[in-house]
Amino acid sequence: MSSFFAFANDPVLAARRRGFLKSSSGLLLTGTAIAMLSGREALAAGKAKGHDAEGDVRILNTALGAEQEAIAAYQVGAESGLLQKPVLDLAVTFQGHHKEHAAVLAKTIEKLGGKPVAPKAKYTFPVEKLKTQNDVLGFAASLEKGAVSAYLGAIPVFHDRDLAKAAGSILGDEAMHWAILRNALGEPPVPAAFVS
Amino acid sequence: MQRAGAVLLAAALASGAAAAAPRGDAKKGEEIYSRCLACHALAYDRTGPRHCGLFGRKAGSVPGFAYSEAMKHSKIVWNAKTLDRFIADPMKTVPGTAMGYAGVKDPRERADLIAYLEAANQGPECKGVK
Repeated sequence: MSSFFAFANDPVLAARRRGFLKSSSGLLLTGTAIAMLSGREALAAGKAKGHDAEGDVRILNTALGAEQEAIAAYQVGAESGLLQKPVLDLAVTFQGHHKEHAAVLAKTIEKLGGKPVAPKAKYTFPVEKLKTQNDVLGFAASLEKGAVSAYLGAIPVFHDRDLAKAAGSILGDEAMHWAILRNALGEPPVPAAFVS
Repeated sequence: MQRAGAVLLAAALASGAAAAAPRGDAKKGEEIYSRCLACHALAYDRTGPRHCGLFGRKAGSVPGFAYSEAMKHSKIVWNAKTLDRFIADPMKTVPGTAMGYAGVKDPRERADLIAYLEAANQGPECKGVK
């Protein structure tokens, strides 16, 4: 398993992790994410109007709420004391991805004229069931699998197909998280040819 | 001949009824429920409301949960039939719902999912949770 997580020792990732530990607000947006946002300029300028944009904002806000919860869940995992390196580093890396997703979603919602939902003051997690590293990994895997399904279910209902594409980009990332977490648990990382 | 016709009619009705409401398999439904876990849990609220206490509950009525106006005013009471309709196409069934999801299109999968939710509501995780 340790060789599978060798990338967690990457110095660039390590720098990101240090940044995470100092502050949770330091986000790095990838080129893809920025491109997604720039694609929203046309949308904000009036490509999607009325009910179409309103509906898309609603979908984006639900996704944002789920991303914020995922960030909080990884925080609980990271602070649980149950995760050992390099798994801890992996959790922090994945949390960073969710922060990037949330940042892009929030900015896109604003560009569409909506108001991004704020993170909840408190989240409920089944902490009483998280006794071991594998418990935490299993919980994270269930959230990531759910996220894959949620984005899969959202893609067909976006009015703006660019947003559907952006959701597909996030889905791919969440699917990789799910696969790696399954692998860390000793389960077949990719259990089927299709996700649902 | 008349009797044979009656038998055929009865068989057709039975098959029609089965197609409309297939009997669900709770075990298979548990796997389908894993698709819901980005937003839902049985015993506590998340991005979506909890599912313990779901059957017989008026939609939009879990105390403290921030529902869409559409769900609050939907006048739905959750049971196997209303759930089946909603899960098939949430955004069409309740326009304006926050559940931006295309739906579970396979009637068999919906039946399994509902069977799981019914079983889970009788199970230990939902004990004492409304």
